[in-house]
Amino acid sequence: MARLRLSSLTPYALPAAVIAVWQAGSALGVISDRVLPAPTDVVAAGWRLALSGELLANAKSSTARALAGLVIGGGIGFGLGLLNGLSRAADRVTDTTVQMIRNVPHLALIPLVILWFGIGEEAKLFLVALGVFFPVYVNTVHGVRGVDGQLVEMGRIYGMSSWTLFRKVILPGALPSIFVGLRYALGIMWLTLIVAETISASSGLGYMAMQAREFMLVDVVVLSILIYALLGKLADVLARALERRSLAWHPAFQNH
Amino acid sequence: MTRPLRQVLAEAQSVPLEIGWLPETKATAPALPPEEPPAVVPRGSGVALDLKGVGKSFGDKRVLGGVDLQVRPGDFLVVVGKSGCGKSTLLRLLVGLDRPTEGEIAIGPGRDGGKANARIVFQEPRLLPWASVLDNVAVGLPASLSSEAAWKAAETVLADVHLQGRADDWPSVLSGGQRQRVALARALVSHPDLLVLDEPLGALDALTRITMQSLIERVWHAQGFTAVLVTHDVAEAVALGDRVVVIDEGRIVLDLAIDLPRPRERGSAALAALEGKLLDAIFGVAEVVY
Ligand SMILES: Nc1ncnc2c1ncn2[C@@H]1O[C@H](COP(=O)(O)OP(=O)(O)OP(=O)(O)O)[C@@H](O)[C@H]1O
Ligand SMILES: [Mg+2]
Repeated sequence: MARLRLSSLTPYALPAAVIAVWQAGSALGVISDRVLPAPTDVVAAGWRLALSGELLANAKSSTARALAGLVIGGGIGFGLGLLNGLSRAADRVTDTTVQMIRNVPHLALIPLVILWFGIGEEAKLFLVALGVFFPVYVNTVHGVRGVDGQLVEMGRIYGMSSWTLFRKVILPGALPSIFVGLRYALGIMWLTLIVAETISASSGLGYMAMQAREFMLVDVVVLSILIYALLGKLADVLARALERRSLAWHPAFQNH
Repeated sequence: MTRPLRQVLAEAQSVPLEIGWLPETKATAPALPPEEPPAVVPRGSGVALDLKGVGKSFGDKRVLGGVDLQVRPGDFLVVVGKSGCGKSTLLRLLVGLDRPTEGEIAIGPGRDGGKANARIVFQEPRLLPWASVLDNVAVGLPASLSSEAAWKAAETVLADVHLQGRADDWPSVLSGGQRQRVALARALVSHPDLLVLDEPLGALDALTRITMQSLIERVWHAQGFTAVLVTHDVAEAVALGDRVVVIDEGRIVLDLAIDLPRPRERGSAALAALEGKLLDAIFGVAEVVY
């Protein structure tokens, strides 16, 4: 039992050590307060903002944007990915265009997006949706194409309707690849959101960090960065749990 | 190309199924009388096959030509031949996966005068890795069946292939022989009139193969479907077939009736002599270098 619990803590040993060194460095005066406030100061700032309600409000508004952008961009990417994976004709019509747009870094569109949407919510949703679209799209197409043709033939011989074939053979076969796309998209989702909020927003974690910078509150800036790391990790943990659940049949997810 | 087969299957599947149709199989197979009808009335009726001048070309490459073959309902036909001689092509024509470019194939009629229900088992099990063993077997049942009835039917047939208790497992944890038994169960669960097997045991080890051969013989005997088995193994051919045809370069070069009682004694002199005949036909006597 003790061994098991110890080994489950292993991944957190390194972050804990970093924080310990950081705290020690601050206490000894090796690390200047102006550069990096002590972890205890960051925690105190977090406590202060949590009590005032600011922290929760900003985290909520960032999370809502992130999820909305993910649903919109991921949904479109998934739909178009299925379509192009299944239909050669649709692929010929749209894929080249999609690949061309994909080669433009989506953050390069920020000036244009601000011109279009101002600094409203639409601008941030648009950027997040665009960012998550590509990984979901590319991996969905790849997954659908990679489904074992022998299984598809088997399904046909056994009289499956097109819908049943899709539900029972093609979608489950493509799922591992789709999850790769989803996890990649989650990373892009946070990245895009942070950049977008830093540039133009009146709420959210990126906004909180920029405000803090203006008032020279280094502890709040560091706090924002740490919260991003935590939210990113949380999203990944959730995606992994979902993956584990839906891919229980996969040998890679058995006996763990 | 696959359309006709789907129609065949769709129609065959609209026939109401009887559940729990297979009699209990005993651990030791009883001696089977060669000509008499089986003691248990088979609920799946075998269908007759009638091939007249059947041929198949891919482009200008003629893979199969002038195949004449009549198979009686409930017969066990074995097809042997060198790799690439056209065996799989013949099977695909039989189950309607492809259409012949020459000649005609008549199958049936199936139960109640309807279309025949044909099922195929491939060399690979082709199981859905994301579906449990039970759900994989249920793939062989019509979608219209209620899930309870489907599970019951699937469980019954799993017991027939000696996989009771593995219903909830993933295919990835089964051995090769067990996977192939699941594939067999999937083909049997819908109660076929014609079962076509394309080297189903080719990937298995010799001992598992022998066990599987007697399993196939037993379900065939109990159900009475017409069986067509392709194999590379002449010992398997003479152990199972009522009749063995040898194909060479797209033609039937030997049609050998085997009138030995079942189950046949492996390694007996009679079987060895027949194996020799088959090998001669496959390789051509003149080619054999002593
Ligand atoms: N779709 C196709 N298009 C073109 N040629 C084909 C096609 N299918 C099969 N052939 C050719 O037909 C010939 C017979 O193939 P088939 O698969 O029937 O052989 P087989 O007897 O089953 O061989 P094996 O024992 O190796 O499985 C081969 O030369 C093959 O290349
Ligand atoms: Mg073959």
